[in-house]
Amino acid sequence: MEYSEKVMDHFMNPRNCGVLSDANAVGEVGNAKCGDIMKIYMKIENDIIKDIKFQTFGCCAAIATSSMATELIKGKPISDALNLTNKAVVEALDGLPPVKIHCSVLAEEAIKAALANYFRSIGNNEEADKLDASCDGCCEHCDCGKH
Amino acid sequence: MIFMEKRFVYADNAATTRVYQEVAAEMLPYLTEHYGNPSSLHFMGQQAKKALESARERTASVLGALPEEIYFTSCGTESDNWAIRGASAVYAKFNKIEKPHIITTAIEHHAVLHTFEALKASGYEVTYIGVDKDGIVSPESVAAAIKDNTCLVAIMYASNEVGTIEPIADIVKAVKSIRNIPFLTDAVQAVGNIPVNVKELGVDMLSFSGHKIHAPKGVGGLYIKKGVRLKNFIEGGGQEKGKRSGTEGLANIIAMAKAMEISRDRMPERASLEKKRDKLIAGITSIPDTYLTGHPTKRLPGNASFVFKGIEGESLLFLLSAAGICGSTGSACSSASLEPSHVLTSLGLPVEICHGSLRLTIDYDTTDEDIDYIIENVKRVVERLREMSPIY
Repeated sequence: MEYSEKVMDHFMNPRNCGVLSDANAVGEVGNAKCGDIMKIYMKIENDIIKDIKFQTFGCCAAIATSSMATELIKGKPISDALNLTNKAVVEALDGLPPVKIHCSVLAEEAIKAALANYFRSIGNNEEADKLDASCDGCCEHCDCGKH
Repeated sequence: MIFMEKRFVYADNAATTRVYQEVAAEMLPYLTEHYGNPSSLHFMGQQAKKALESARERTASVLGALPEEIYFTSCGTESDNWAIRGASAVYAKFNKIEKPHIITTAIEHHAVLHTFEALKASGYEVTYIGVDKDGIVSPESVAAAIKDNTCLVAIMYASNEVGTIEPIADIVKAVKSIRNIPFLTDAVQAVGNIPVNVKELGVDMLSFSGHKIHAPKGVGGLYIKKGVRLKNFIEGGGQEKGKRSGTEGLANIIAMAKAMEISRDRMPERASLEKKRDKLIAGITSIPDTYLTGHPTKRLPGNASFVFKGIEGESLLFLLSAAGICGSTGSACSSASLEPSHVLTSLGLPVEICHGSLRLTIDYDTTDEDIDYIIENVKRVVERLREMSPIY
């Protein structure tokens, strides 16, 4: 598996890795059977992502995309996080091998799952439902019923 | 904790090996001086022919075979392909079997499994025998799978992934007690690592490879017992008694013969290699939620393979690589298919834990300091990945 230098850097020295004890937005996607699970913790204040952490079970690409995705939205308004695409994460990492693109999808979906959790906690169910409707980054091994 | 100084530890000898200096020295003249084609009539050709036949005798002698029972190929995969296709086709034709049935195990190398799948697609009937939790194939289960139209049985001698050594002689006996069905053992991982004698095993065919035993890549061989017939694999100039054409890779063939002799001569060192392997296994399985895969004792002397809960194999491998340690994983993420190793799932392990697999294959040259260094780094890296893991 050939990775870009950026991927290896984010894998070897992941940014924002860990648990956020005072998080008010938590999202987890993936499935242990598929071999990758991402969990995102955010502390959101006044629509700004003040702090963000991740925990990931997965390959180099899964860890690197988690790290890069959290970097891209740390300190940014929620609207930026909602607009974050897996493509932007891949580009920021100088590309991913084709079989690893799903890792970037997982990172995008983990962030959206955390945001859905946040919207629900503040009573904005409409926004939360919209986010929940998208695939949560699982694969054919899961039994989410969306495939 | 004081960490040891960074070292380079190659622990992926089941993938490929370093070419021994003595092997390189012996093959070199056949590239630069004695470069004749063994099929040529002039003295250069005759010299090459003599060297080729001498390599055949040396190879046969190590395996307990007759020289005329040894055929040189380009690799172990070719040997497996040829044996499976060639022997089943002849047996089916001779016995007028319209829909041939072939038997193998669920844990074979892809060289065997994918050949079976290709034959299945072309109309063959195939049976994959399961294994127990240690990867052992039972002779009874193979015998029970034999049908009237069975044309071939292929069982690996030792697992490339988990190192389990199969009771080949007993399986052969069980098969032959029913009918004289062609029997292949893929011995690519066994030859050079444990004593292999074709007569004691009773097999009809046995495949082996050069680069797994300290010879270069690009050469392999197939033992075909006298009297066992195979369809030709490659048509051409009639080399290898017309069965496998193509100009012989003489230098590589000589290298493989030399490497086989060296590995035979080093066999007494096996006990000390097993001691190092067991130290490695003890050190790594002392990590919580870590399990040895494969049989605890009936395993290749250099193979130490594991699964770890809560982490993924590719990450583990890259972090070890950054520490100078070369290993291998059956993790899904390391393969193009994104499916975890068929061998690990065949042992009955949950899919989740199969993602966190590590295979370390050491050899005679691995030192005790190397073992300590591997253990220390695996502990450190597993701990680090588990800290990052949301499921541990």
